[in-house]
Amino acid sequence: MDPRRTARTVSDPKVRQVGFFTPAAPPDRSASDLPRQQDPIQPKSPSSTQVNDHSTSGDSLSPVMIPPPHHHSDTVPRTALQVTSPKTAVSCSSRTVTVPTKNDGVPSSFSPGRKIVTVKSPSSYPGVKASTVPASELTTVSMVNLPSGISEKAGGASVEVQNDRPVSSKTLKEKTYKAERRALQEAQRAAKAAAKAEGTKASTAASKVMTSANTKPSKAAKTSSQKNDSSQVAASEKKIGERAPEKDRKKDAPHPRMQYDDTSRVEKAKKRAVVKQTEVRNRVELFRHLPQYEHGTQLPDLETKFFELDPMHPAVYEVGLQYLSGDIRGGNARCIAMFQAFKEAIKDYSTPPEKTLIRDLTARISSYVSFLIECRPLSVSMGNAIKFLKNRIAKLPLALSEPEAKATLTSDIDRFINEKIIIAEKVIVKHAVTKIRDGDVLLTYGASSAVEMILLHAHELGKQFRVVVVDSRPKLEGQLLLRRLVRKGLSCTYTHVNAVSCIMQEVTRAFLGASSVLSNGTVYSRVGTACVAMVAHAFRVPVLVCCEAYKFHERVQLDSICFNELGNPDAISRVHGREDISDLDGLVNRENLQLLNLVYDATPSDYVSMIITDYGMIPPTSVPVIVREYRTPVVLVSDSS
Amino acid sequence: MDFQVVVLAGGNSKNLNPLVSKDVPKPLLPVANRPVLYYVLHQLGQSNLKDLIVVVEGEDAALLVGGWISKTFVDGLHVEIAAVPEDIGTAGALRAISHHLTAKDILVVSGDLVSDVPPGAVAATHRRHDAALTAMLCSVPVSGSSDSGSSGGKDKTKKSGRYNIIGLDPCKQFLLHIATGYEIEKDSRLQKHILHAVGQMEIRSDLMDAHMYAFKRSALQEVLDQKDTFQSLKQDVVPYLVRSQLKSEVLLNGISQAEENGNEKLSSLNNQVLVYQILANASTPSFHERYSMEPDGSSQSRKTHKCCAYIASNSSYCVRLNSIQAFMDINRDVTGEADHLLSDTSSDRDNIIGPSPKLGAKTTVGPQCILGEGSEIGDKCQVKRSVIGRHCRIGSHVKIVNSVVMNHVTIGDGCIIQGSVICNNVQLQERVVLKDCLVGAGFVVTMGNEYKGESLARKEK
Repeated sequence: MDPRRTARTVSDPKVRQVGFFTPAAPPDRSASDLPRQQDPIQPKSPSSTQVNDHSTSGDSLSPVMIPPPHHHSDTVPRTALQVTSPKTAVSCSSRTVTVPTKNDGVPSSFSPGRKIVTVKSPSSYPGVKASTVPASELTTVSMVNLPSGISEKAGGASVEVQNDRPVSSKTLKEKTYKAERRALQEAQRAAKAAAKAEGTKASTAASKVMTSANTKPSKAAKTSSQKNDSSQVAASEKKIGERAPEKDRKKDAPHPRMQYDDTSRVEKAKKRAVVKQTEVRNRVELFRHLPQYEHGTQLPDLETKFFELDPMHPAVYEVGLQYLSGDIRGGNARCIAMFQAFKEAIKDYSTPPEKTLIRDLTARISSYVSFLIECRPLSVSMGNAIKFLKNRIAKLPLALSEPEAKATLTSDIDRFINEKIIIAEKVIVKHAVTKIRDGDVLLTYGASSAVEMILLHAHELGKQFRVVVVDSRPKLEGQLLLRRLVRKGLSCTYTHVNAVSCIMQEVTRAFLGASSVLSNGTVYSRVGTACVAMVAHAFRVPVLVCCEAYKFHERVQLDSICFNELGNPDAISRVHGREDISDLDGLVNRENLQLLNLVYDATPSDYVSMIITDYGMIPPTSVPVIVREYRTPVVLVSDSS
Repeated sequence: MDFQVVVLAGGNSKNLNPLVSKDVPKPLLPVANRPVLYYVLHQLGQSNLKDLIVVVEGEDAALLVGGWISKTFVDGLHVEIAAVPEDIGTAGALRAISHHLTAKDILVVSGDLVSDVPPGAVAATHRRHDAALTAMLCSVPVSGSSDSGSSGGKDKTKKSGRYNIIGLDPCKQFLLHIATGYEIEKDSRLQKHILHAVGQMEIRSDLMDAHMYAFKRSALQEVLDQKDTFQSLKQDVVPYLVRSQLKSEVLLNGISQAEENGNEKLSSLNNQVLVYQILANASTPSFHERYSMEPDGSSQSRKTHKCCAYIASNSSYCVRLNSIQAFMDINRDVTGEADHLLSDTSSDRDNIIGPSPKLGAKTTVGPQCILGEGSEIGDKCQVKRSVIGRHCRIGSHVKIVNSVVMNHVTIGDGCIIQGSVICNNVQLQERVVLKDCLVGAGFVVTMGNEYKGESLARKEK
């Protein structure tokens, strides 16, 4: 996760601003931040972090508007940092699960998931730990001490430990301000510049002094070496551990999100992949880093292997097939389907001899997840859900017998679905309905389950309103929503997104769904949402985004380019149901034609009036608060106590 | 994956007289010197389906088949043999072993299918749609329709194979109509309500039912129990399921019911309903769901089940050995274009001659030939596009073209054999000329005879 973030930091700032951004806000902020940060950081590298942390947190407090009383929560993890040794062990624990499997080269195991990992999985690690540490410290530590020793024996070297360190420190940081992290990004960028300049010196220093800040330059260097930007830094890195860089890279805990324009890594990932993926040749330049495959070939190929994938549980396999074929879509549905499959898998699970349930099941789940990722990139909601499940597994007391553990996990899953999705939706509905008045004209885009429930509930309450369903090709999901609404007797208008500016005049409120809400308030949603939100903004129509809190993510994203999903390009080159429109026939494989079918886009927070979530109606600027406060779900804390 | 596999191997098929006999039941009929059943079992084994139930008609045949299987797949497969009485049909055979079926889904494969279509594909399609029935369809083999007239009008199945009429929905995922030979000769009835529900139906006659089905066990058992007149899977059970897919009677106490019961037990019924609703809303409804909702709206008033089709791609090979012609074709194809079915084809030449056969001087063996071990061929012979079994003795100046010669056959000097099948232990004396003939096991053709398009077999005593 960390390298991923730095990777983004490294990327050209010009590219970042593509999208719906008014050029004023974000660059301004970063510009003002940068010089301020650089001063404390550059001298910092050999010295201690703590001071720096304070300063950065103080600095970046203002942009995200985080209330002061939480300073003390900031200090708690920092003291913990000094006592780290048990905690580093904690962070080791889930890593050690992976290490042996990697050495064995077992293909189906954990490691593939890591590298191919798209949005979520790498970040799931730190997240797990973040909540592990405070909740039941005693059990985790005791269980972990041993393996951490083993890992050190096996892997052995200072580099590995060092790699762990940032993870753990970051874990702690998770508890601190998101703003602070933002500042750290800047710090890393600056540090990287320094590292480049100083080369070997800085990084050797880093290897010796084990403070979290010091590892950062080397980390930054690492990512850059992975990106093959600078061979110089890579060389310096070699010196640190006196090991082959590949080995280092493998051990590196959170893998950066795979960049699909890096051919060598793509080749490697392909070898591990369960799903045979043929890459589409003509990809749009800007989106080369995203995975895109020939959609026709995946499904049949996966189908033929139906009986050959022994480690895969049939239920998981089925869900994977459904993701791949598009039978299940939508964040909530995918999440529920996945969890139900996992429930089945856990029910049928039995710990192999000489293994512990906690580790083996985690590895098993990870292999399922990597399979699902191959079928379709994870959504943020699924990522959070997986993080939750893994956390629950890791936190199982060792004394628990297998059936008990399984029962606990299934009930945990049930509760997650219940509380985080179902009840959350009900609460959202309750909140949102208050915003609907008689005579309103409500606009919605696509088919969001939350919005649908809101509309239906408001209708049941007898409110008089009209609905405008805006839809877009190629998925035409709005039609399904429309069908259900009309059947319930709502009066609806159906139009395509092309006409949104015309219809917007009569609209009084826009209710939009979201795939995820990021901590800078950016709404990550079905492509077209940004456009609708922007038009609504221009017409002074309030935009209400309905999103369950479990879909919130601490990531900051400024554009819809660096993380996105590419859909089937054929879907836009053909018109469904109109075989006579075949103007693009035969052109699809031409070198000079590139088809782009984006799935998501990012709506800047400027265009969002309010986010309706299960914790209430909040302005988009308050998203980080929710993310921070409820990151460790309340359920967990109350549960373990 | 919770699938049970049933291989319907058959027994003494009348269509294949005089090739099959007491000693060589249909499953053991050699195709390129391997019993035809080998191809199915091998295919299943490769797909990791190692627990199989092989249903054979007749006790004797079952013994033979069982012996062969245990010899061949000693450690590879776990096969159970079930012997059922003859002439009870495929549905009857399934009914007979119905109490052994426990898995959620049943894969039923015909033992005479020679194909490289992975069974997993059918199963996956079945699972993905949660269908009651998934049938594999493949394109009708081109050569199958060329009537060489050798076997006359004996083979009904072959005829119906040719006249298969299959209706598909526009996405080619669901089976809307399936009709075999008989019905079409009179009239073919389309179900109006299905057509109405789907809106569009694609009628294909270039596809045939490959007799590889995945059934939902509950549905299959229901049908077999209720309709005890049903004899054949292909002609009764499958069309019935397809016909009744929108007026389903089979799943009433199937799995869906169980789910509902489970729901009611839960206290948070409401939430569960919501979960299902979210899941249901997330997917594009097929016409089944739309139809079941149609009358008033939300309530699922009409029971439906889905019948899916898996259409094998054109490049894959898929033929059933259900007629003499098909037997010839498969023998030719397996040695020729579809030789990847012979898993151990090590030689890169186009013909397969083991180390043991002895060839005389100036004898030529053309491409697409297989010579079994221990066979001897005399001088100046010609063998083209033919399969010769084990321990055959072939004299000099013999010409064998487009033929299948099974094991332990003795062929005298100067014979000319074209397009014929010669079964085990046949003796051809000198200068016999056979064209498009079938020679049953143990027959002796006397010197100098010429036959054309005849079927020669020993009289049963």
